[in-house]
Amino acid sequence: MMVAIAEIAERTEGNDNVLKIRNLSTHYFSRRGVLKAVDRVSMDLKKQEFVGIVGESGCGKSTLAFSIMRLIQPPGKIVEGEILFNGKDLLKLKDEEMRKVRGKEIGMVFQDPMTSLDPLEKIGDQIVETIQMHEDIGKNEALEKAMKLLESVGLPGDRVNYYPHQLSGGQRQRVMIALAIALNPTLLIADEPTTALDVIVQEKIMEILQNMKEEGRSIILITHDFSLAAEKSDRIVIMYAGWIVEMGDSSKLVKEPMHPYTEGLLESVPDIWLQKKIKTMPGFPPDLINPPSGCKFHPRCPHAMEVCKREEPPLIGVNERLVKCWLYK
Amino acid sequence: MASLKAYIATRALLVIPTVIILLTLVFFILRILPGDPIASMVGQKVPPEVLERLREEAGLNKPIFVQYFEYLFNILHGDFGRSMIWGKRPVIAEIMDRFPATLELTIFGFILSVLIGVFTGSIAAFKRNSKLDASMRIYSIIAYSLFIPWFGMVLQMIFGVYLKILPIAGRIAPGVEPERITTLYVLDSILTLNFDALSSSLIHLFLPSLTLGIVLSGAYTRLVRNNLIDVLSQDYITAYKARGVKDRKIALHAMKNAFIPVITLMGLQFAILLAGAVLTETTFSWPGMGTFLLERIQYRDYNSVQGAIVFYALFVALISLVVDIIYALIDPRVRY
Amino acid sequence: MKGIGDTMEVKNLATRIFRPIIPEAEGRNMVIAGLIIVIVILLMAILADLIAPYNPTKLAGRPLSPPSLENPMGTDNLGRDILSRVIHGSRIVLVVVFSAAIVSMSIGVPIGLISGYFGGKLDRAISMIMDSMYAFPSLILAIAIAAVLGPSVVNAVVAISVVYVPTYFRMVRGQTLSLKSRLFVEAARAAGAGNTRIMSRYIFPNLVTTAIVVFSLSIADAILTEAGLSFLGFIVTAPTPDWGFDLSSGRPYLPSGYWWMITFPGFMVMLLALGFALIGEGLSEVYAPGRER
Ligand SMILES: Nc1ncnc2c1ncn2[C@@H]1O[C@H](COP(=O)(O)OP(=O)(O)O)[C@@H](O)[C@H]1O
Ligand SMILES: [Mg+2]
Repeated sequence: MMVAIAEIAERTEGNDNVLKIRNLSTHYFSRRGVLKAVDRVSMDLKKQEFVGIVGESGCGKSTLAFSIMRLIQPPGKIVEGEILFNGKDLLKLKDEEMRKVRGKEIGMVFQDPMTSLDPLEKIGDQIVETIQMHEDIGKNEALEKAMKLLESVGLPGDRVNYYPHQLSGGQRQRVMIALAIALNPTLLIADEPTTALDVIVQEKIMEILQNMKEEGRSIILITHDFSLAAEKSDRIVIMYAGWIVEMGDSSKLVKEPMHPYTEGLLESVPDIWLQKKIKTMPGFPPDLINPPSGCKFHPRCPHAMEVCKREEPPLIGVNERLVKCWLYK
Repeated sequence: MASLKAYIATRALLVIPTVIILLTLVFFILRILPGDPIASMVGQKVPPEVLERLREEAGLNKPIFVQYFEYLFNILHGDFGRSMIWGKRPVIAEIMDRFPATLELTIFGFILSVLIGVFTGSIAAFKRNSKLDASMRIYSIIAYSLFIPWFGMVLQMIFGVYLKILPIAGRIAPGVEPERITTLYVLDSILTLNFDALSSSLIHLFLPSLTLGIVLSGAYTRLVRNNLIDVLSQDYITAYKARGVKDRKIALHAMKNAFIPVITLMGLQFAILLAGAVLTETTFSWPGMGTFLLERIQYRDYNSVQGAIVFYALFVALISLVVDIIYALIDPRVRY
Repeated sequence: MKGIGDTMEVKNLATRIFRPIIPEAEGRNMVIAGLIIVIVILLMAILADLIAPYNPTKLAGRPLSPPSLENPMGTDNLGRDILSRVIHGSRIVLVVVFSAAIVSMSIGVPIGLISGYFGGKLDRAISMIMDSMYAFPSLILAIAIAAVLGPSVVNAVVAISVVYVPTYFRMVRGQTLSLKSRLFVEAARAAGAGNTRIMSRYIFPNLVTTAIVVFSLSIADAILTEAGLSFLGFIVTAPTPDWGFDLSSGRPYLPSGYWWMITFPGFMVMLLALGFALIGEGLSEVYAPGRER
């Protein structure tokens, strides 16, 4: 496995990577025991790349996102690893330096727009406060900028005078995006940004994210909706039980999934253009406090072998793809 | 902002039924409960003629519904009747002599209780599950259980009797009363720049309002702590962090949100404050509404007793209106 | 008809009520501390005649003598033993407060249940009256009633009962409103259970834990109201020992430094109120774990 990591490192060294995550582990320390929500994860993100992170709920996607932002709260803790963002290790920054990165260099959009805005502050005031936190500009100028931002996400500028409860869920999510890009960050992380919204609104929000990409930002889209990720992203990362089990180019990954989990996910996608019968994957993600031995997926895996129960599979590189499965050894 | 006005108007209209219910309640208690209020107040030793005269004076020998409508009509016209002793002054005038003292005491007690409660509650919430948190929670339960006269007397004993640094009775040293404008001594002394009166009234206010303030702070400590903990786990707080907003600013936003349920509590607390003030006034010989009510009960001055209780009812209704308006000013969700 | 649903609900109820005895239940220490205080004071009241060293209304030493071996809490202005008065003084407050709680519960709980369950105009009218009463300063309401009825222990029970009816009413009504739309109630209704049956078998058992919490907290509050009324002279007359009343008797002697006359009776009021407040607070944590962490 160490070989595999060195391999990725080698392959990606020196090019235009915005984000390099190396061997990152984030655990929750509960009364029942240690929950390894993110378990030795490594991945990269190129400039202007749109990456989708896909997995069932409870697989550690949000924990990974919050780890990048260093927003993990007790009982959670980042226990090891490196998060290199434009060359600097975020985990080594002082609190105040990290605060300056948040919002300014990395923006984040949350799952539930209904609860992610302060109900007592006008939309405009929330945007202005964010801008003024990072830039030394006057209130009026910031307000003008806020109106332009709202327009850039398809809302009338006068919404600065509205309170969150006066907007619909979709409108609030646009506001959340406006807030996330207020300072023109190079990386935007969207954690299930459309899960709480209906399909039509979802399409609009995704359009905005794509525009963000066209403007030169790197995007991480976290979702449990495989078809959404397949449609929108350049590359897909599949997470299962805290591990990255497969990653690769979107179209290739969809055409020929390698990991049995990816296969299972794809088969359960209710989408016509994939032209497959819908099958629901049996079983549930494991209890991460007492995960299965060997490969954490083996109890649900149709191809499980003896070795899968005993030993953790290595991450194997196969033609630009990475897959963590004994089948490819 | 037009909708804010509309909200206030609707809310003000709602005061009318509340006031009528409260007035009816007072009427019911004072006149319909078993027992003759005059007889029980006067005692058994009075000759029947005197009793009859007193009943006549209080208007108690008319049919009950006539009494009720006269009572409502008079009160809604600001007529509280005349006191049955001492030159038969209008009750409302007597109340106005005593009410400012109570208002001054309750305002200071109120401010202290909110300050102490918000301070202790926020410490507990920000240092959640620490020793400090535990001690703040114990503080809140003990403060809530304190018996006002006892706590007041303990403070009198320490600061008045042993340390001899604070007075234990009265509103102000005799002879230094400020010129009468609002009859709130602190305010009047400031308005007339009378610093002797100001310092004297402040040191007289200190122990009584501290007594009230501490006893009432317990409820705020608890509520502020629990709300703040709730708010701090909300998504929008994480979202603030994710945008790089400074911790200090986030704490302010959190406190503002946590404060909303506290405003609702304030209305109820004000009623408790008024009740507590009756005991505080008795303990500190404070010449306010509470001591007025008790005096008049003792002097069997039925009209004054009724007037005082009605006045309390009206004041409570007014406070709940004010609290609701403040609520609407702070929480945009109410006014749109 | 006794369905499976019934027994399940009742079993849940039992485990919920007895949760405080689970060692890891949060708030358990508070409940235990409160129970110890309350039980000790209850025993003191029951055994007063046996444990009080002197007759509480008779001369037991030199007037106003400070605490000593003979009179551990000193004597009052009439030379009576304060310890004995403190022991006997627990009786009236406990009797008044418990009787009042029973009366106000037996009025407030059924009205709240019916009002909340049936809703409609009647509910709104009753709620408005109860809310107005609730908003009125409770001690002043009690003073008004006690003043009209005249000072006596029974009248104090009446006054305090009236004051706490809205507390029980509001709690029960609120709970009923939220319970009546819950799944198991809907299911019972679909299975043909009548209103009386739904209220008594499904709603009432489920508000018992909340009722226990409100009961403890309102007892704590009622203790302070009783002591206040007694302090103001609306419950007992001399020479009956009662904490609030004894505190007021000590007040004139405070400026001369006779601290023991006020310290002990007032402290007992606080201790008893604290006992019930601890039980109530502790139980509210036990019954709603996580909320307070
Ligand atoms: N604050 C927390 N405390 C304890 N466990 C947590 C916490 N947050 C998440 N977890 C656990 O971590 C695992 C991963 O959760 P999460 O990152 O939210 O997954 P996803 O976003 O993929 O649904 C889950 O098993 C979840 O139960
Ligand atoms: Mg998630």
